Amino acid sequence: MNKPFVAPVAPETTSSGAAVFLAWAFVGIPLLWGVSQTFIKALDLFR
Amino acid sequence: MAEASLLDRSRTVAGPGYNRWLIPPAALAIHLAIGQAYAFSVFKKPLGALISGDPSAPAAADWTPTQLGVIFSIAIVLLGLSAAIFGKWLERVGPRKAMMASALCFGGGFFIAALGVHLHNLWIVYFGYGVVGGIGLGIGYISPVSTLIKWFPDRRGVATGMAIMGFGGGAMIASPLSVALMDHFKSTGTGPMGVAATFLTLGIIYLLFMQFGVWTIRVPADDWVPENYVPNPQHSALITSGNVSADNALKTPQFWLLWVVLLTNVTAGIGVLETASPLVQESFSDAAMGVGRGVTAAAAAGFVGLLSLFNLLGRFFWSSASDKMGRKTTYAIYFGLGILLYALIPTLGRNLQLALYVGAACVIISMYGGSFSTAPAYLSDLFGKYQVGAIHGRLLTAWSTAGVLGPLIVNFLHESRKAQGFTGAAAYQTVFYTMAGLLVVGLLANLAVTAVNEKYNEKGPVDAEPGGH
Repeated sequence: MNKPFVAPVAPETTSSGAAVFLAWAFVGIPLLWGVSQTFIKALDLFR
Repeated sequence: MAEASLLDRSRTVAGPGYNRWLIPPAALAIHLAIGQAYAFSVFKKPLGALISGDPSAPAAADWTPTQLGVIFSIAIVLLGLSAAIFGKWLERVGPRKAMMASALCFGGGFFIAALGVHLHNLWIVYFGYGVVGGIGLGIGYISPVSTLIKWFPDRRGVATGMAIMGFGGGAMIASPLSVALMDHFKSTGTGPMGVAATFLTLGIIYLLFMQFGVWTIRVPADDWVPENYVPNPQHSALITSGNVSADNALKTPQFWLLWVVLLTNVTAGIGVLETASPLVQESFSDAAMGVGRGVTAAAAAGFVGLLSLFNLLGRFFWSSASDKMGRKTTYAIYFGLGILLYALIPTLGRNLQLALYVGAACVIISMYGGSFSTAPAYLSDLFGKYQVGAIHGRLLTAWSTAGVLGPLIVNFLHESRKAQGFTGAAAYQTVFYTMAGLLVVGLLANLAVTAVNEKYNEKGPVDAEPGGH
């Protein structure tokens, strides 16, 4: 009989919300630019 | 030596309250950079015209397409080899040092390749982009995987999907960026075709961009778990609570079954990706569709772009879905749906149903991408978190094998059909039926996956030892 799993709690912080936003923007902006360029190219298939 | 110690694993353990949502962007910074490899083809024509200066009329001394194709092949083979070789080292030293090594190799590879282009010495380019850059690819690819799984035990598929999605997205950034840089340097007269200066610039950009990942990445403390986390009781038959080392994983049938699973799915997917442009142009040519109604070269490039988008989306979508459905079920869908679609595509081609044809190819490629991003979570379920990065690295040799096998099969079958007088969609018929057959093998391998025997588990605690995190 396994004992029920009891997890020690280490709460996530909400104080670094701005850092998370900036981090995602740093990688998200170039990614979105690349995706938009590819999407524009892909539209040629339907012209 | 102070800088070196900052890279040590012990200096990257997150303090209380560190927001785990900073980890996926750190991983993405690495994967978006190394994903450039998929866009290397944009350099093929300029590299083949360094002497003549005109890609449409290369000089006798210019490098041939075959010679240039070897650069990418070396890089992909080195990716698989270095991922397999350096996986255990990565688990020991932690993700920051591994990411730094990846950044130095990948950026340095560009610098060496730039020198090779400047001197017009192909061997230096092979060594730079192929060998040194390829090692950077391999270490970079696996560097964030086990860290992500440890930060997101409740969403392993989502976490690895986000990172590995970046590898697909990297090419989308690199392709237009490289073209723009070459145009710029060509117009300013910076060397023939502007390639050397572009390599140098890309090396600097990627070296700096990857630093964001290097300095943002953290590993969780040994006793850390997410708030309110309770292991999912569903799909638990395959999810181990034990830990298997990378060396022991190789002794299990489960590892080799997954190797076959990845090999078959990737071989089939590469078959479509490699031939996408000629495939759609030949299947829906003016001769078949009517004059002026066939798929042009520009439209075919759009088809390739669309496949890239679905490759990227599939990496995130399917891997995330696997958190709900379970990995085995998700792979069963890749194979079951894949077999149907591969078998259907020749019929769609024969009946000139372009929209359905494109739709089927997009779903196939989404599952090709998904097979990459779901694999780390599948490994983690079966072998535990202990050395999942190293095990993943060894699994990636299936990718390298598929990279050689896929194009070989496709080219051989296509050429054979053409030699028999078949044209258009009919020339690709056996390619798709063969790929469907390969997927049957993959489906059977996936169905045979069961829980790993406990005799392979590590005895005692593993998180306390240096290689354990």
